[in-house]
Amino acid sequence: MSTQQDVSGVSAALAAAKAEGRAALIGYLPVGYPDVDTSIEAMLTMVRNGVDIVEIGLPYTDPLMDGPVIQTAATGALASGVHVRDVFRAAEAVAGAGASCEVMTYWNPVLRYGVDAFARDLAAAGGSGLITPDLVPDEAADWITASETHGLDRVFLIAPSSTPERLVTTTAACRGFVYAASLMGVTGAREAVGSEAAQLVERARTVTETPICVGLGVSTEAQAAEVAGYADGVIVGSALVATLVTAADRNEGLATLAQKAASLADGVRG
Amino acid sequence: MTQTTPPLGRFGAYGGRYVPEALVAALEELDEHRAKAMADPSFVGELTELQRSYTGRPSIITRVRRFGDEHCGGAQVVLKREDLNHTGSHKINNVLGQALLTKRMGKTRVIAETGAGQHGVATATAAALMGLDCTVYMGRVDTERQALNVARMRLLGAEVVPVDHGSRTLKDAVNEAFRDWVANVAHTHYVLGTVTGPYPFPEMVRDFHRVIGVEARAQMLDEYGRLPDAVLACVGGGSNAMGIFHRFIDDSGVRLIGLEGGGDGPDSGRHAARFTGQAIPGVLHGAYTYVLQDEEGQTIESHSVSAGLDYPSVGPEHAFLRDSGRAEYYPVTDTEAMTAFEALSRTEGILPAIESAHAAAGAMKIGRELGPDALLLVNLSGRGDKDVHTAAKWFGLLDEGEAQG
Ligand SMILES: Cc1ncc(COP(=O)(O)O)c(C=O)c1O
Repeated sequence: MSTQQDVSGVSAALAAAKAEGRAALIGYLPVGYPDVDTSIEAMLTMVRNGVDIVEIGLPYTDPLMDGPVIQTAATGALASGVHVRDVFRAAEAVAGAGASCEVMTYWNPVLRYGVDAFARDLAAAGGSGLITPDLVPDEAADWITASETHGLDRVFLIAPSSTPERLVTTTAACRGFVYAASLMGVTGAREAVGSEAAQLVERARTVTETPICVGLGVSTEAQAAEVAGYADGVIVGSALVATLVTAADRNEGLATLAQKAASLADGVRG
Repeated sequence: MTQTTPPLGRFGAYGGRYVPEALVAALEELDEHRAKAMADPSFVGELTELQRSYTGRPSIITRVRRFGDEHCGGAQVVLKREDLNHTGSHKINNVLGQALLTKRMGKTRVIAETGAGQHGVATATAAALMGLDCTVYMGRVDTERQALNVARMRLLGAEVVPVDHGSRTLKDAVNEAFRDWVANVAHTHYVLGTVTGPYPFPEMVRDFHRVIGVEARAQMLDEYGRLPDAVLACVGGGSNAMGIFHRFIDDSGVRLIGLEGGGDGPDSGRHAARFTGQAIPGVLHGAYTYVLQDEEGQTIESHSVSAGLDYPSVGPEHAFLRDSGRAEYYPVTDTEAMTAFEALSRTEGILPAIESAHAAAGAMKIGRELGPDALLLVNLSGRGDKDVHTAAKWFGLLDEGEAQG
């Protein structure tokens, strides 16, 4: 079991990217879409094509922070019989390939599994921690305890609407990185990332030393390059998931995913 | 990290605020405004005046003698007539309060979710009255079984958005409303329709509905010289029930009885019996409360003949009242509810909403248990106009050809 002082795999990956003078690329895919094996193969495909950190989504019936693309994939994954424990299998595979990962999950599946048990099993699988879109630090006492015990990252979100007070308390509760939501809205590709993201990162930098990664709406190489100019990490979800959702078959999906990941990786590498 | 303040808005272990960070500022703003408003005589005065001159409050109570004699073991049954409110249900009590708050917060648009359509109709009505833009989310299945209310909302100038995700019922309409709110929270208020969701909604919505129980308690004392033995109400999210229960909580001799949508029966797997079926506490739609869920924490779809009770979760204060033993909750099957619907219609000339028919069915059971000495107060949360088509199909009263509709 690791201790609080340990640096997570994700922290190491963020530091390594920084040492290269660039932002890290974080790619999101839900486990289980279109099936568990293909989803794991897709995560490894992203890693081979320049994604530094994998964000493994745990499909949930009521993903209220997600737009249509991710919801379609999550619903498909549930229909094809994905289980909570598949997330640990995916984490093990990603870690085995030498990359690091965080699990992105709505709170109820963790609560049902048992907060401490989930943390224990995720740590054992080599996962770095959790991103929790519907759990703010105010409600996270059990998770804070469990993440301390098992040496896991706690990634909470900040948003353009976060008050100055909440920026302080939320970033202080984060470990690994802070997830800055680039805009007010749900996941999904946008034409422009917008100015709110840069302003939010600037505000957060004045209150925390923890790396700040920006997500929501990033979908192109140019947008990735733009965000990499001011953030420590660039998070891409829907644009990657969309390659699998729109593909005619498994091979076509993995091939377009590889291209998309490589182009985004070019973006963060300038 | 130190946890200094206790979690907000808890009823025992239940409640809280499980939401995306993007909404927290808006929830804090709402909490601040409603606290100030409730302490401001001009706000309270304006709301009271609207209740009187627009809604038609106080609503009357009606003794339903034949229904009691023939169907409830001779018990004295009294209905609290929320069905006589403008727009036809209790929902207007809450909506007028929240619409006034929306204006105080300087917001110009309201959104709502709706199951039976009554909450959507009430919200569209208040939006028309107060000049607010209005969008209502409704599961596709519900737009079909409550088509009349969809038309009503559109006539009132609201945009109705059918939701095609998930079970295509109330749960999915709530998800969609939250998504809209996250994106538009700067100028939009989410008029949540029941006593669930993140703090301060469960408490605020209850406070706007409290008037039901406050009036009914005084009316019972006035007209019957005593408090009822039991107060019965149907429980979807639980707003009409919290509204009538709350003033009676300290009256320990009064049983508080909530009736859930039992669907095909609690053992059938097709029901909305959150306190009877597979439900255990968990998080859904911003609150920690009882949730119908599988062993992996995925929400199970609910089923009820009544769109307004077809919801896999329940307000956190009900979870607290249930665990503490202060309130009791029983499932009423679709068939039992429709039997009560017919009985009340035939003996009293009152067509209840199918939701409210669940409360009437509860009175039939409890009345037979307690007998003629019992005095039962039943919240008739709404009228059955919206349900005429469903009921007519159920009883086979439509002419050939129409029956497909
Ligand atoms: C007439 C009526 N009663 C009851 C309900 C259920 O809601 P609640 O449990 O919040 O009272 C509804 C919901 O649409 C309704 O229209």
